[in-house]
Amino acid sequence: MKTRLVNTALPVALLAILGLSWEASVHFFEIPSYILPGPWEILKVMWQRMDLFAAHGVVTLIEIGLGFWLALVVGLTLAVLIHASRIIERSFLPLIISSQTIPVFAIAPLLILWFGYGIGSKVVMTAIIVFFPIVINTVEGLKAADPDTLALLQILEASPGQVFFKVRVPQSLPLVFSVIKIGVAVSVIGAVIGEWVGAKEGLGYLMIHANAQLQVELVFASIFWLSILGMGLYGLVVVVERLLIPWRHGGSNK
Amino acid sequence: MPFSHAGKAVFYMKKHGVDSLIQVEDLSKAFSRGSDTLQVLQQISLSAEPGELIAIIGPSGCGKSTFFNILAGLLSPDGGSISLNSKKVPHLRGRMAYMQQKDLLLPWRNTLDNAILGMEIQGEHKRMAREQARDLLKTFGLEGFGDSYPQELSGGMRQRVALMRTILCKKDILLLDEPFGALDAITRSIMQKWLLKVWGQFGPSILLVTHDVDEALILADRIYVMTSRPASIKGSLQVDLQRPRKITELDMVKCKEYLLGLLEDELTVPEP
Repeated sequence: MKTRLVNTALPVALLAILGLSWEASVHFFEIPSYILPGPWEILKVMWQRMDLFAAHGVVTLIEIGLGFWLALVVGLTLAVLIHASRIIERSFLPLIISSQTIPVFAIAPLLILWFGYGIGSKVVMTAIIVFFPIVINTVEGLKAADPDTLALLQILEASPGQVFFKVRVPQSLPLVFSVIKIGVAVSVIGAVIGEWVGAKEGLGYLMIHANAQLQVELVFASIFWLSILGMGLYGLVVVVERLLIPWRHGGSNK
Repeated sequence: MPFSHAGKAVFYMKKHGVDSLIQVEDLSKAFSRGSDTLQVLQQISLSAEPGELIAIIGPSGCGKSTFFNILAGLLSPDGGSISLNSKKVPHLRGRMAYMQQKDLLLPWRNTLDNAILGMEIQGEHKRMAREQARDLLKTFGLEGFGDSYPQELSGGMRQRVALMRTILCKKDILLLDEPFGALDAITRSIMQKWLLKVWGQFGPSILLVTHDVDEALILADRIYVMTSRPASIKGSLQVDLQRPRKITELDMVKCKEYLLGLLEDELTVPEP
């Protein structure tokens, strides 16, 4: 309990110190707010323009959510197929790995061209970025079953399906969740880049727009909201992880 | 009370009630590594009467686990035969349950769900299996720990869950491969008492591999002594002593002397 308190208090304290020094520097060096606004001003904008951020934030959130689901569904399905079939593994895996040498951001303009200025192109952008780590880590996780446990299942005369669902799937869950957590953070980047390249709404669009008009405090406020969005999604994944992997946290499920 | 009878279904294995006369004859196995051949088992022969508790002792690394893996059907022998009730079988899988030194509990399953793994795989109804397992928690000293995960249990408790899983497979032959080898001496002696209790209650034939002469003497009806690699049977000893046995009793000491005599050649330190 005490360590937990310290673990929470330390980063909060550090954040407060950084914020205060930022605020102090802005005043001390008399930096104009169109170059670097102080955190207090940014917080005020975040609060005062709430309606604006809410409207654009919802769009970005939908893009992230849909893109992430798309990547998750396609990625997990493909991972299971790769695990199940040597032929699929040999044909797909090298291509998936080498496809990672293509800078995804470079194809963002093409995605806009194909999927339009709406949320479609951003969903695809997000999905493409998150897809790769999900596939690779799920395949890894499914393979990682303990050989002695597999021998036990063999002696118990378990069918391949039973081995898969009773051992391989639960065994891979921790690894899958650790990659989902990374994926959530990355998916925010995907959606924002997509919005930068061409969009009519969303927090990324708002940033570009505000930047062009030298409304730097609005740019910062968007960044802060994006980061809050990312943290919220991360927290959501942690909650789901705790529900699905209770044995890792010493809890008991009824 | 839809499952009121469920608890009793486990107790169908009466001592000596099930035919499980096991005969192993001239079992041999060699592993080849490159051009080298490593003879591991050389014409192992032994037999176990229904309901008998057989211990096999031998030096570490002599091939006891290879022997069990052949019985379990994980490896196939180069020569020799296994018979069950005078009928030749390729292995004992389907008729036996196997327990190893590692408890192999699944970390994502609590005590009850780990215990019913075998039943579940055999297609039994999960809820009924859980009912049966719940009735047995007390027998295995796990009362109140049915919902605990393996990482919350002590080494001895984990091993008892593994023993429970093995028993709940409801096979009339148990292969125990150094089941208590990883436990401390006190826990081990408690576990031996558990095993005898469970054996008395369910009455399966047990083949127990151990490198602990005392453990073999406390538990077994008959003890086979294996040589070091390539393993063959050097001799056997019928132990017709009342249980519970004490390792300090005169008869036990005599038996131990005999067994150590058989093992002596195998235990010599190689000259440098």
